[in-house]
Amino acid sequence: MSHISARPASLPPISLPRRVTAHVAHLLILGLFLIALAPLASLVVTVVSRGWSRLDPTFFTSSMRGVVGAGGGALHAIVGTLLITLAAVVISAPIGIAAAVYLVEYGRGALARALTFLVDVMTGIPSIVAGLFAYAVLSALLGPGARSGLAGALALSVLMVPVVVRSSEEMLRLVPSDLREAALALGSPVYRTILRVVLPTAAPGLVSGVMLGMCRIVGETAPLLLVAGFTDSMNYDLADGRMATLPVFIYSQWQNAGRDHVAYENRAWTAALVLIAMVFAMNLAARLWSSRKVR
Amino acid sequence: MTIAFSDMTASPTRTLGSSGRRVSRFFETGSRGVAVAAGGVVILALGGVTVFLTVQGWPAWTAASGLPQNASSLWALAGPLAFGSVWASAIALVLTAPISVGVALFLSEYAPRRVARVLGSVVDVLAAVPSVVFGLWGLMVLAPMLAGPYAWLSAKMGWFPLFSGQSSATGRTILTAAIVLSIMMTPIMASVCREAFTQTPQALREAAIALGSTPWEVIRLAVLPYGRSAMISGCMLALGRALGETMAVAMVLSATPGLVSLQVLTSSNPNTTAAFIAQNFPEAHGMQVSALIALGLVLFAITFVVNAVARRVARPRKEA
Repeated sequence: MSHISARPASLPPISLPRRVTAHVAHLLILGLFLIALAPLASLVVTVVSRGWSRLDPTFFTSSMRGVVGAGGGALHAIVGTLLITLAAVVISAPIGIAAAVYLVEYGRGALARALTFLVDVMTGIPSIVAGLFAYAVLSALLGPGARSGLAGALALSVLMVPVVVRSSEEMLRLVPSDLREAALALGSPVYRTILRVVLPTAAPGLVSGVMLGMCRIVGETAPLLLVAGFTDSMNYDLADGRMATLPVFIYSQWQNAGRDHVAYENRAWTAALVLIAMVFAMNLAARLWSSRKVR
Repeated sequence: MTIAFSDMTASPTRTLGSSGRRVSRFFETGSRGVAVAAGGVVILALGGVTVFLTVQGWPAWTAASGLPQNASSLWALAGPLAFGSVWASAIALVLTAPISVGVALFLSEYAPRRVARVLGSVVDVLAAVPSVVFGLWGLMVLAPMLAGPYAWLSAKMGWFPLFSGQSSATGRTILTAAIVLSIMMTPIMASVCREAFTQTPQALREAAIALGSTPWEVIRLAVLPYGRSAMISGCMLALGRALGETMAVAMVLSATPGLVSLQVLTSSNPNTTAAFIAQNFPEAHGMQVSALIALGLVLFAITFVVNAVARRVARPRKEA
């Protein structure tokens, strides 16, 4: 839409300074774009080349229990990331979408204003503050020092809900009023209009909103470092005890590197590769899904 | 603006039979209740952040001992850290703003549409890279790479206050941290700007073209003015992210406790609040935990103020 270059023939030719400015601006903008991409290229090359060395079956089938130096794997961290992310989605998606439905379809007055304001503010909440919040809640309930995967999921939900509300709200507002009015004119009550007309119409957008929120939280490190903690062993129980996750695994491999620090660094890079692949696959899935539905 | 259902009082629902009406009213109230409850939960949870952080951090505000780094009071601890957060984010914002607008303009104005779609998702990939990976990369790749240029900068430009002092041999300075932050902020700000730029009304573009504009003049006359509020809110989003960014800074920055300094190339750097919390929390106990939670409240307050101010700045433009 932006590529109308046909210049009306009746106009005089463009003066030299203006042409030069146009070209300089073009080059400058291209240059800025390339500058922005350079770090990405370097990052991808590094992660792949250094992560390659430990991309072996052991990495995916064993934990770090009892491992010193080379060897070991991140199965415990991969399982932890999947469980905690899933739990966070289960908490955040219904709450976020329902809150968005409230804002778009019902919202009037003080509650709606407060909600919009808080969601706005909370979109910018530092992830570490969410972690501290989950820790504070947990230690108020269970006493200080408790760590668990569920607390991690709680912290991540604080980060995810605003994303889901924001994007769902946007998607619901895109549903044409005509559709709502048509459904109402046919005698459909409001709740059925929402369930049968508004939500299905917005569904691809809602799903990609949830996926967006997932991508936002799956790489979060700080809150999980605080409340889910770190362990070298498997833990399948969200409600009990420390649970390793991939991001925290990366951090702790670097932070607690032993004497053979290259082995630790290699594990960190491989974990980074796996984590990026997970995020990327998730992104791709969301994109494919929503484009299929739109068509 | 959509028309909310609460405005449509005369719904044809009334023509249903009495039992149908009762059932329908039951679901009506129910669905409304679910939506209201969800809104309430969100408000409670988000409001709860302040309450819980205040309560759990309370002992640290008056404590004189037992604080991390043997600080004499929480204020002595929080001050330099708050400075570090704001300083690193400010540098990052200065770096990221022009690059992001450039990226957005390139994708919306210059790149052919099909290419733009592919490149746009490449930029989005940058946003999806977890911060801990950026930390690892910044630490092991970027910092050693920058140590040389830093030495050159401090030798040739040492008269400039920001570049004064002995340059760091490892490259793990606050400038490196800010560069990593700006890399992480760019896709956020760029996508906000790009969205607004592509939504510039066609009539505005055509008007500029009809006046004989070059592509750059179309940008200057139509696209940039239209996208002004988006650029501001993009800056705000990016700044919020940078202030709260934890892991990348915690890993890249080699910090000196309690330091306040504007020099960006030396090996002694102020720490940021978020990074300090992450570095110290795993081993903290007792009063130290309270202190770190109180620091979290300070960080929260800073981001809150930034967001509130930015909202106020952005609002009048939006109506224009």
